Amino acid sequence: MNQAFARVPDLLAQHLLLAIAALLLGLMVSLPLAIVSARNKTVGRIALGFASLIQTIPSLALLALFYPILLSLSALVGGGIPALGFLPSLLALSLYAILPILRNGVTGLANLDPDVLEAADGVGMTPWQKLRIVEAPLVAPMLMAGIRTAAVWTIGAATLSTTVGQPSLGDLIFAGLQTQNWTLVLAGCTAAAALALSVDALLGLAEYGIAHRAKRWLVWASLGVLAAGVLVALTPVLPTQQRTVTVGAKGFSEQYILARLIGHRLEAAGYHVQYREGLGSGVAFAAVAAGDVDVYVDYSGTIWTNQMKRSDVPPRAAIVQGVADWARREHGVSLLGSLGFENAYAFAMRGDDARKRGIHSIADLARQAQEMNLATDVEFLERSEWRAVRDAYGLRFKSAHPYQPTFMYRALASGAADAIPAFSSDGRIAAQHLAVLTDPKGAIPGYDAILLIAPGRAKDAHFLEAVQPLVGAIPVEAMREANYMVDRDKDAVSPEEAARWLEGQIGK
Amino acid sequence: MPAQTPQPGPSVAFDGVTKRYPGGVAAVDGVTLEIAGGSFVALVGASGSGKSTLLKTVNRLVEPSEGRVTIGGEDVAGMAPHLLRRRIGYVFQNVGLFPHLSVGENVAIGLRLTGERDGNGRVAELLRLVELPEEMAARMPDALSGGQRQRVGVARALATAPGLMLMDEPFGALDPVTRDGLAQAIRALHDRMGLTTIMVTHDMAEALLLADRVLVMEAGKVVADATPAQLLAGEGGAAAQALVAVPREQAKRLAAMERGA
Repeated sequence: MNQAFARVPDLLAQHLLLAIAALLLGLMVSLPLAIVSARNKTVGRIALGFASLIQTIPSLALLALFYPILLSLSALVGGGIPALGFLPSLLALSLYAILPILRNGVTGLANLDPDVLEAADGVGMTPWQKLRIVEAPLVAPMLMAGIRTAAVWTIGAATLSTTVGQPSLGDLIFAGLQTQNWTLVLAGCTAAAALALSVDALLGLAEYGIAHRAKRWLVWASLGVLAAGVLVALTPVLPTQQRTVTVGAKGFSEQYILARLIGHRLEAAGYHVQYREGLGSGVAFAAVAAGDVDVYVDYSGTIWTNQMKRSDVPPRAAIVQGVADWARREHGVSLLGSLGFENAYAFAMRGDDARKRGIHSIADLARQAQEMNLATDVEFLERSEWRAVRDAYGLRFKSAHPYQPTFMYRALASGAADAIPAFSSDGRIAAQHLAVLTDPKGAIPGYDAILLIAPGRAKDAHFLEAVQPLVGAIPVEAMREANYMVDRDKDAVSPEEAARWLEGQIGK
Repeated sequence: MPAQTPQPGPSVAFDGVTKRYPGGVAAVDGVTLEIAGGSFVALVGASGSGKSTLLKTVNRLVEPSEGRVTIGGEDVAGMAPHLLRRRIGYVFQNVGLFPHLSVGENVAIGLRLTGERDGNGRVAELLRLVELPEEMAARMPDALSGGQRQRVGVARALATAPGLMLMDEPFGALDPVTRDGLAQAIRALHDRMGLTTIMVTHDMAEALLLADRVLVMEAGKVVADATPAQLLAGEGGAAAQALVAVPREQAKRLAAMERGA
C-alpha cells in the first residue's frame, strides 16, 4: 500500500510539468489562432475543423503517431530530435489542448457586443488597443472556461504518455493494470483525478476573479498557487545529476520485475534510478538506441524477427549472437549477455481441453483451429512471429482477439478462448494447468532474455560492473516463480517485492 | 458666457460622397454640402434613408465608395483612422460603454489612448459637464439608468476636447422626459464649447427644437436643407413638409384639447 503511494510525488511532479507545459504550448498556438479565426471566417473554419479532427483521434493513437513522425523528422535533420519521452507527449497533448481554447476564444470574440466594439473604434482605438483594452478582458471569462476544459483533458490524457516513455501517473495505472495490483491503479487514478480537480479549481477561481472586478486579487492568488506548484514540481527535475540512469520496461510483469532488479543493483552502485515502464516492443529498442533508456531486458527472438526482419530460425545461441552483432553494428547498442532463461511465445491450451481434443503440437492445433478461438496479447497479431507460425502450420482460427496479457489468461480460463500464445516463463502456465504445445517445425525462434545497454553506457565501467552479475544468473524456474507471485489472483505482490525475492534467489 | 467661448469647431464638407454596398444599392448617393464651423446640424430622415451612413463617413466608420469628406479643409482619407477619431466626439444610440470599466475609466478612455495622465480633475469636470455627480465615477455601467449611461457616453466623447461632435440617434433609447433634459444639456454644451455638431435623428420635432439647420435625407440624397424657421414657414419642399406636418399636427391637437378643457 505504502509502496504504491511512495512513487506518487515524483510521478505527480512529472505529470504536472508535462500537462502544464502542454497547456502553455497549446495556449501559445490557440490564442493567436483564435484572434485570426475571429477576424477571418475562412481561417476560422479551417482551424476549428482541424482542431475538431484531432479531437477524434484517440489520445493513445495520437501519442503513438508522434513516435514515427519525430523519428523520421530526426532522420531528416541528421538526428538529435528525441522521438520518445517528453517531446512526443508534449506535442500530442498540446494538440489536444487547442480545441477547447480555440473554440471558446472564437465564440467569445464573435459574440462580443457590437455596440461596445463600435464605441472602441469610435473613441479612436488602434486594432491592438481594441484587442488589449476591450476584447481581451471581455473574452477572458469565456476563454478561461476553455482553458479549464483543456487543462482537465490534458491532465487526463497525460496518463497515456507512459506508453511513449514519458513518466507520468500513468506508470502506476499501467503497471497496476498489468500486475493486477489494484492499489497501484487506484493510486494513479486518484492522484491524476486530484491533480485535475485541483488545477481546475484554481483556474476556476481565476475565472471568477476575472469576471468579478472586486475579486481581481483571486486571479493572481490562484495563478500564484499554480505557479508555486509547478516550481515545487520542478525541484526534483532540475538538478539532473550526471548519475541518473533510466531503466526501461515493456508492459508485462516479468519486465517490471526485471527493471526493478536492475534498478536495485544500480542504486546500490550509487546511481539515481528512474524507470520508464510500459513501453511498446518497438519503442523499447528505439529508446535504448536513442539513449532515452540506459538499460532494459529484451528477448533475442523479438529483435530477430521484428527489428532485424529475419524469418529463418537458427539455434538459440546463434540468434543471440546475431542480435548482438546487429545491435552493435546498426545502433551501437551493446548486448551485455543473456540472463539465463528464455521467455518464448508458446501456444497453450487448457490442459483438459487439450487432452480431450488430442492436441499436443501446433500441427495438431492447426487441424482443429477453425472451430477454436484465439486470445492474444495486444501486439501478437501484428508481430512477425505470428505470421511465421501461421504460415508454417496453416493456422486458421475461428476468431482472434487481443487482450491485456492478464486478461488473455482469464479469457482462456473462462472458455472465451481456446488457445493463447503464452509466455514460456509465465508462472500461470503451471498454476492454471495449461498444456504447452510443441513446435515441431521450429517456426518460433528462441527468446533468450538479453540485457541491452544504450550506446552512451557502453564504456561506463562502473555501470557495466553493476549489471554484469545478472548475466546467466536467473534460471527459468526462479523467473517463473517471481512472475507468478505478481500475476496470481490471490496474495499477489508488487513487482518491487518480487524483485527483492528474486534477488534472494540469485544470491543462493 | 462669451468670455469662455473657445475657437469655434471646424467646418465639415461632403463632396460627391457616395456609399454603395455590394449588390449596387447606394445608401448614400452623391451628397455634396458644407457645414459651417460651430453650427448644430440635424440630419433627419426615415430608417434606411442613409443619414447614419453619411454621418459615419466623417469619422471613417464607413469608407465612402466615391467622393471625399474634409474637416476644416483636410481630407479625412489622408489621416490614420484612430488619430482622426480621437479628434472627433462620437455618441450613438446604444452608447457602447465598456462594461468591464468603471464610469470614470470609460470617461477617461480617450486620455488613456493618447497616453495622457488623467489628472482626476478631468473626469470630475466632464461628469459635471453632463450633470452627473462626481461619485458616479466609481460605479460600473450596469448600475446606471439609460439616461445616465448616455450622459456618460457624451462625457466620454468630450474627454479629448474635440471640436466636432457626431451624434447618431443619441436619445433614441430614452424615455421622453430624460430625452428632453439630455437634449437641452447637449445644446447647452454645444453653445458653451463652440462645437460643430452633426446629429442624426428620425424625430423632426427634436431637430427643429435643437438644430440651427436641418437636412432631410431620402433614399441616400439630401432632399431638403433649411433652417427650422424656414421649415416652419412651409419652405424646404414636400418631403420636409411631410415630416414637419407630424409634430405640427400633434401640437395643434394638444393646443385644441387645452382650449377645450
